[in-house]
Amino acid sequence: MMLALRELRRRPGRFSAAGLILILIALLLMFLGGLLDGLLRSSTGAVRALDGDLVVYTASAEDSFLRSRIEPAQRQAIEAVDGVDTSAGIGVAQLGARRTDRGPRDLLDVVVFGAEAPPKGLDAIPADGEAVADSSLREQGVSEGTVLLIGPARSELTVVGFVDDTQYLGQAALWTTPASWREILQTNRPDQQLGADVFQSLVVRVADGASATDVAAAIDAATGGATATLTVEAAANGLPGVESQRTTFNQIIGVTVGIAVVVVALFFALLTVERAALYGVLKAVGARSGTLFGGLVLQALVLSAVACVVAGAAALALDAAIPPGSIPLRITGARLGQSSVFLLVAAIIGCAFSLRRLLRVDPASAIGSGS
Amino acid sequence: MNANGSTVPALSLQAVRKVYAMGDSEVVALDDVSLDVAPGEIVALVGPSGSGKTTLCSIAGAILSPTSGRVVVAGTDITGYSPKQLTAVRRDLVGFVFQSVNLVPFLTARENLLVVDEIGRRTGAAAKARADQLLGELGLADRARNLPAQLSGGQRQRVAIGRALMNEPKLVLFDEPTSALDSKLGMAVMELIQQEMKARGTAAIVVTHDERITRFCDRSVHMDDGRITQS
Repeated sequence: MMLALRELRRRPGRFSAAGLILILIALLLMFLGGLLDGLLRSSTGAVRALDGDLVVYTASAEDSFLRSRIEPAQRQAIEAVDGVDTSAGIGVAQLGARRTDRGPRDLLDVVVFGAEAPPKGLDAIPADGEAVADSSLREQGVSEGTVLLIGPARSELTVVGFVDDTQYLGQAALWTTPASWREILQTNRPDQQLGADVFQSLVVRVADGASATDVAAAIDAATGGATATLTVEAAANGLPGVESQRTTFNQIIGVTVGIAVVVVALFFALLTVERAALYGVLKAVGARSGTLFGGLVLQALVLSAVACVVAGAAALALDAAIPPGSIPLRITGARLGQSSVFLLVAAIIGCAFSLRRLLRVDPASAIGSGS
Repeated sequence: MNANGSTVPALSLQAVRKVYAMGDSEVVALDDVSLDVAPGEIVALVGPSGSGKTTLCSIAGAILSPTSGRVVVAGTDITGYSPKQLTAVRRDLVGFVFQSVNLVPFLTARENLLVVDEIGRRTGAAAKARADQLLGELGLADRARNLPAQLSGGQRQRVAIGRALMNEPKLVLFDEPTSALDSKLGMAVMELIQQEMKARGTAAIVVTHDERITRFCDRSVHMDDGRITQS
């Protein structure tokens, strides 16, 4: 093993080409992962922020707020289910918003959430006509006191505070009272208006000690199958586009890891061919193939680890340099760690392709060879 | 009996035969070869190219297994050994000095000696002390930190001898040790080999084309067509 490390230290130039490629691959992995995390965060933040355990939709709504309607009678049945602690009605309205100090075509994409209970990070829902905005709106010039004109009817909502990480499908959430939400819906989307006390969905908190999945099944049974109850996590993952974003990016990440395997395999296969004479000598003086392969794997791991460190630093620098709100990049320690693990595993798999070649090196080649 | 008091032959080949398959035909590389090398004895193995010297050396050094016959190294019968067991024999009982020296180019002279310990017993401090001692005995103490490229041909050959002696072998196999050196340096290296082997009571087989170096050996074994023709 010391042999392998010494070669890395004393002949860094030999590994520079492979190292550079691995740095670029690691950076690409981290960047793709960061983009996926950023996109998912901006898509699911508002649902993840719901302060409960379960989200209840009507069964025919296919897990969409817009198509769902929870009638008061259904709510009563749900609240009577064993294991249900509290329920809070929620409704959404996806509309454009204008600022009074900007032109009429300068629209902000917002989603008005009428909620009976505040989301995580907020102590209380503000008064009618007021809203707490997702903090991403700060980057678009919105501040406390800003009056937003919602929808074509230009319903007024005054921003009175901000809350982090509550975007919904890439749009900033405005958290307001159910009454304000109903009024906005009624004036801007007459086709979608709901009766009094009807909500699009319910956020249910289960009682201490109760199983969320059991309670979800009990709720759906209590409504005679008229509802579809999901955990908050499943509801977030079920939002339109979320799964396809995740699948698409994960496939690209998978292909990138595959490329890393090929790069490592080719590089170390070439290195093994180049070192055949040296391996022959080392085997002749008693080195086991396993020891030599261990050295090869160690070199690949060290090279990949260095590439990950350099790429991680570059990814963090990139994250800091990109203006907030321009692209949904989110670099986290967990993502950097996961990308590094992918690359290290790719390095080991790549090295495995050299094993057969290394096993075939004959120690007899060291004897009687003048070359 | 050698300097260590051992009377067990360092090498005993008994009716060894080695046949290589070449397509549909067979090539007999060694044919009924028997040879004993006593502890501390230096044997010159002389013969033309293709006479079987390299094959004999490879079998004696536990690199190849014979097709038939018996091979005993330092009292250990290795005839039916698996490749893994042969590796252990090479690591523990045999030393090699190759024709082209074959030092690890990115390691210093001292580290080239320590490679043997790293891939073998891993004795750590004891190995370092032995490497320093060997380098001193071989006149390379002041070259211990030099890379092979910074050493002369003779110095590189001395490092290779030191590497072969690191595992305290019972038998050292020298494959044309002077072929890459000029005549004067070649004789000096052979003198050194003679001194080192005798001082340690270590047996040696020196494969060579050069009849001049046989005077440094206790006896010469001539080979031709896979057979020992004169011993």
